[in-house]
Amino acid sequence: MGRTSSFLLFALALTGAAPALAAWQPQKPIEFVATAGPGGGTDNIARAVQNIITKYKLTDQPIVVVNKAGGSGAEGYVYGKASAGDPYKVIFGTSNAWQQPLVSKVAFNYTDLTPIAAMAQDEFLLWVKQDSPYKTAADYLKAAVTGDFKMGGAQSKDTDEVLTRMIEKAGHVKLTYIPFKSGAEAAVQLAGGHIDSHVNNPSESLGQWRGGTQRPLCAFSPKRLPQGAKITATEGWSDVPTCVEQGLDIAQYEQPRTVWLPGKVTPEQAAFYVDLMKKVQATPEWKDYIEKSSQIDTFLTGAEFDKFIKEDIEHLRQVASEQGWLIK
Amino acid sequence: MDNLGELLHGFTIAVTVPHLALMVVGVLLGILVGVLPGLGAPNGVSLLLPLTFGMQPVSAIILLSSMYWGALFGGSVTSILFNIPGEPSSVATTFDGYPMARDGRPTTALATAFGSAAFGALVGVILITFLASWVAQVALAFGPAEYFAVYFLAFASFVGMGGAAPIKTVVALAIGFAIAAIGIDTVSGSVRLTMGIDELVKGVNFVVAVMGLFGIGELLVAVEEEFHARAVSSKIEWREVFRAIGRLPRHSVALLRSAAIGCWMGITPGGPTAASFMSYGIARRFSRRGRYFGTGEVEGIISPETADHAAGTSALLPMLSLGIPGSATAAVMMGGLMIWGLNPGPMLFVDQKDFVWGLIASMYVGNIVAVVLVLLTVPVFAALMRIPFVIIAPLIVIICVVGAYSVSNSYLDVVMMLGFGIVGYLFKKLFYPLAPLVLAIVIGDKAEDAFRQSMLMSKGSLGIFFANKLVTSLVVGGIALLLLPLVLQLARLFRKPEPPTTETTSQEKVII
Repeated sequence: MGRTSSFLLFALALTGAAPALAAWQPQKPIEFVATAGPGGGTDNIARAVQNIITKYKLTDQPIVVVNKAGGSGAEGYVYGKASAGDPYKVIFGTSNAWQQPLVSKVAFNYTDLTPIAAMAQDEFLLWVKQDSPYKTAADYLKAAVTGDFKMGGAQSKDTDEVLTRMIEKAGHVKLTYIPFKSGAEAAVQLAGGHIDSHVNNPSESLGQWRGGTQRPLCAFSPKRLPQGAKITATEGWSDVPTCVEQGLDIAQYEQPRTVWLPGKVTPEQAAFYVDLMKKVQATPEWKDYIEKSSQIDTFLTGAEFDKFIKEDIEHLRQVASEQGWLIK
Repeated sequence: MDNLGELLHGFTIAVTVPHLALMVVGVLLGILVGVLPGLGAPNGVSLLLPLTFGMQPVSAIILLSSMYWGALFGGSVTSILFNIPGEPSSVATTFDGYPMARDGRPTTALATAFGSAAFGALVGVILITFLASWVAQVALAFGPAEYFAVYFLAFASFVGMGGAAPIKTVVALAIGFAIAAIGIDTVSGSVRLTMGIDELVKGVNFVVAVMGLFGIGELLVAVEEEFHARAVSSKIEWREVFRAIGRLPRHSVALLRSAAIGCWMGITPGGPTAASFMSYGIARRFSRRGRYFGTGEVEGIISPETADHAAGTSALLPMLSLGIPGSATAAVMMGGLMIWGLNPGPMLFVDQKDFVWGLIASMYVGNIVAVVLVLLTVPVFAALMRIPFVIIAPLIVIICVVGAYSVSNSYLDVVMMLGFGIVGYLFKKLFYPLAPLVLAIVIGDKAEDAFRQSMLMSKGSLGIFFANKLVTSLVVGGIALLLLPLVLQLARLFRKPEPPTTETTSQEKVII
């Protein structure tokens, strides 16, 4: 009797444990591939996730972060494509994953990768030099009618230039877009008065705003940014009006931070990482990272993520075809 | 002197037992990553970064910047002993450092390099101390046109003074520009010259090119010419270390000129690499023994090393005051600053006085610590030259292969590195100069971006390069440097065919 019951218990335990046993677990070190150089936004998120996983021991395996920033991040995606079937490479990127293949002959497409999640959204703002006369986006647009305005941004035919073209269309103006290597470079050029504006993310120009070399006119967001600590003596992110409030009709423009596995991995392997990222997102350290980098906390995965990508591509394709950027 | 008071306060923060200990640890680790293949300062700093999260920001930055100093010094070691520059900025050091070391004077070469590097760094720190606010303003005046003008000046000063046949210099430059163009183009966003190799979209990494061109290329030449082990009589000579340092003041003109070039290129965004090349080029023209450059001249080591460190040090200022990282290492440190809760930018000097001045004071102390430690290691490193060639040659191959692979864990890089080795060998055999090739690979791409950005801004008018005093003087200076050899040659023709003496008359003239 005693034996049977213990056997039963054992069997029960087995069946109970069975799903857990079947779930995939990593057996060797995991590589996080950041498609940006050290210090860039994508690098920061990869390292933040690494730190959280290590701190809470969310997996037994060690994690190393590798930077593959060449070709505006294409290096990292190509590497992901070449690693098909390898569940030990996690690629951190942006909307570049589907945007770059649209406008440039890079040797990958987002369909070569397995989408895991979009974990945070970076906002965009319209920035001008501190001592420029424009108080609102409307002032700016009125002055830009001359066609002499120079807009700086990171890279060519990328998020910044797409937004610039959207501003041209919505504001009925013509801007000269000057591509720099990074948003940080554009910010310095604005501080020196070499360009008239840029559309940096909050974290890219936070120091410059606080230092009084440039200020945001409006945010490309449906509602004002969440309240946080004051940046300057009097203002914080929530004090920046939305662009729609100011008569620049672009209600929403955001850059997702995306996470991918190489192609041809099993659904169990993908599920492990979706789950892992969910656990990361539940920690206070993650909230802290989001707040410090002034991003929005989101978590899109599965069908939702897929829908987001499709919609974004649709929109990009429209802008790109108007500008004659589409390849082929 | 407001700044002086702040600096003294900074010293009270930097000169404490725990901070001095951190400096020693940082410098030693730095020398290690500088000497080891493929690690280098940016990787070393990013490996160390997570350890600093629990520290006070001042302590953390002292540790990281000491590591940076150590790595800069360590990087020169491999350039001099094995002809393998670990950082772009120490390429110019190989031109005379390596011949001198091969000549049986590794101790002299290393000690000279370290001594002049320390001098350059010191001048850079002094500049930061007294001209902080002014310097920050200068950097802001640089738009794309000014950037291009600075790169143009660097090219002109080096190319116009090259020793090789001008046409060969132009060929080398052209090949360098083509290599720099590989990958994604910043201005148009399109992929260029990848030749069907998907991975080439990342472009050619500088380390890969240089390890092949210099390390492997030199090795091939050596194998062919002197396979029998060369006898380098290097006893461990402590006295020679001090003698080499003692001889430095004799080259005070070269030291001061190179420091001035270095500071200027550090503040303007030219950076340490352009500075060291430019300084070497100008030294070759104006040094009394310029004709012997490339064969192991002392001033050929002093000029690039002093300028490199002066520029490297003064380049930290734009990072702190403007938030522009001047180098990969500075970019990693900036990431650190943000994690410690500090925001680089103009307000740092107002909000975080302790931090900023503690850091500046630590630069003085840290550099002294670094130079003392590194001089102590000279005899040890110099002893490496006694190892027979048959043992050292495979080691060099290993260093180059591991170094190239560790850039981005890619086999393609190893293959490219070996390819560059063959290119380096051919260049040497056919008397083509390597320096313009390397200069074009390193800053060709930046110069191109700056030029095209300027053209976008001016809607295609070249007038933008003469639009204000700053850019006009830079461009005119560049053109003058380019034409100088031509003019001198003409002058020589008009006088009489006795070339060497005419050159030395222009000795003291310093252009800038």
